Amino acid sequence: MKIAVASGKGGTGKTMVAANLAYTVSLTGDVTLVDCDVEEPNLHLFFPSPGTVTTVTVPVPIFDEQICDHCGTCAESCQFGAITVLRDRILFFPELCHSCGGCTLACPKGAIREEPARVGQVVVSHPAPRLTLITGILDVGKPQASPVINAAKEMAKDDDLVIYDAAPGTACAVIETLDGSDTCILVTESTPFGLHDLRLAAEVADRMGIPSGVVINRSDGYDTKTFEFSAQHELPVLMTIPFDRKIAAIQNRGDLICRSEPIWQERFTDLFARCLALSGVRT
Amino acid sequence: MIRVAVISGKGGTGKTMITAALAHLLPKSLILADCDVDAANLGILLAPKRIWMRPFYGMKTAVIDPDLCTGCRECDIHCRFHAVGGDEKEYRVNPIRCEGCAVCVQVCPVSAIRMEPRICGEICLSSTSVGDLAHARLRPGSGNSGLLVHEVKKAAFQADKGSDLLLADGPPGTGCPLISTVTGMDIILVITEPSVSGFHDLKRVVSVARQYTRRIVLAINRFDLDESMTEEIERWCQEEGIAVIGKVPFDPAVIDAVRSRRAIMRSDSFPAAQAVQALASRLIQVAEAK
Repeated sequence: MKIAVASGKGGTGKTMVAANLAYTVSLTGDVTLVDCDVEEPNLHLFFPSPGTVTTVTVPVPIFDEQICDHCGTCAESCQFGAITVLRDRILFFPELCHSCGGCTLACPKGAIREEPARVGQVVVSHPAPRLTLITGILDVGKPQASPVINAAKEMAKDDDLVIYDAAPGTACAVIETLDGSDTCILVTESTPFGLHDLRLAAEVADRMGIPSGVVINRSDGYDTKTFEFSAQHELPVLMTIPFDRKIAAIQNRGDLICRSEPIWQERFTDLFARCLALSGVRT
Repeated sequence: MIRVAVISGKGGTGKTMITAALAHLLPKSLILADCDVDAANLGILLAPKRIWMRPFYGMKTAVIDPDLCTGCRECDIHCRFHAVGGDEKEYRVNPIRCEGCAVCVQVCPVSAIRMEPRICGEICLSSTSVGDLAHARLRPGSGNSGLLVHEVKKAAFQADKGSDLLLADGPPGTGCPLISTVTGMDIILVITEPSVSGFHDLKRVVSVARQYTRRIVLAINRFDLDESMTEEIERWCQEEGIAVIGKVPFDPAVIDAVRSRRAIMRSDSFPAAQAVQALASRLIQVAEAK
């Protein structure tokens, strides 16, 4: 069972929902929480605990200048503009490389080989007795989030119950995270921004064939439009979390509401049951 | 023209609300760019009127001709993005996974694969009461967001008729679209909030931003939700030589304004509006300082 937590809009409370859900479920069973927001991973702030670090690399081409005759075939084959061949040398732009291996295959002289280049790391820790946290961290300044997300998800692939915390947005990083999920929790807030981006995120989940439900966070009671949208699109509203300065304060200092207020354990247990029902997965 | 990008690292700290307010409050002629292309929200607050719209073509996507395909699986073996699916009867490329690298075209022994252009979204130029706005809509599930940010900025520069300032609303994160946004910017305004997540993400995004400009300034939104965290952020900024040019209080009037789909304006006098007005004045000083 794989549950993804996504949102479209940033800052709606994905991480808060993922963290509280995972912690609550870990009180009665094994759960693995994967931070797929590798550009700005935050789950470790809620679960500080030492971890083991694995480096994430991608293959990049190395050009053997002894063999290369600067024919330019590699540059022609590269669809990303990562290689420029001059008369006497090669310019390679690693930030544009997608590690597809096309240049290595294309080179008629066999002058290109691949070597791993670091783009980030994955940290595995055990912050609670039955909770494993896997955090993908993209190196600062590196553009390639997808390989780090994949590496983090890969480490959880044999686990029965996995919760993915996605990046905001609707682009590559979110698709990479949602891929293979059984159900998706869409966290929103009741503002035009929240609704606009909920619509986009719901469309992504729908196109990927993943059953989804909505969690409304920081609700101040003006949720009619969100409920209407959810009803129209057959998205069940799984939970509503009120706006409350006390909740904001708990969250802001890196704590969990289900730890400081036990009533939230019941509510997150209920959210988990609803996710199970939504996914159709039998456990 | 001075180019200013508003970024945050963490999402939801108030970038768009503050960008829209600055657009109303800065006493300068402006061109605007919404660089948060996968969840573009600046238009919601600025009532844009469309001037033009054109399709955005991202990377081409591989298409297998089933009549020519012999089912040898060479494409599947060489595709590193697991985009080829199906069985020997019919192999197909999943456009969501295809990166457009064309390795499959290279390895197909019977030339059964071609690369086709694919529309990944739309780029628009709109007029607003505070200046023209270049914005985009990435089709949900499409890649190429960094490339689209580049196109939005290009559209803004092309449409510009000698504005004093480019104001860009950036995406959250530190990856491809963020790097594409901050490239070529003169000033970066980082919006943060007093939370462990906001502070953590601030540090990461500042180290990325520093690779592009030294003129980085900061504003703390909803600063009164945790004053001790705000102080900690201010101390860090002092150590790092980053000026804190604004502190905006939590104010339900902001949510009301967003719900009415309008930006904070000069005529507003609620506490958050006053704070953003002060932020705008400081930003002008930063822009005019050499």
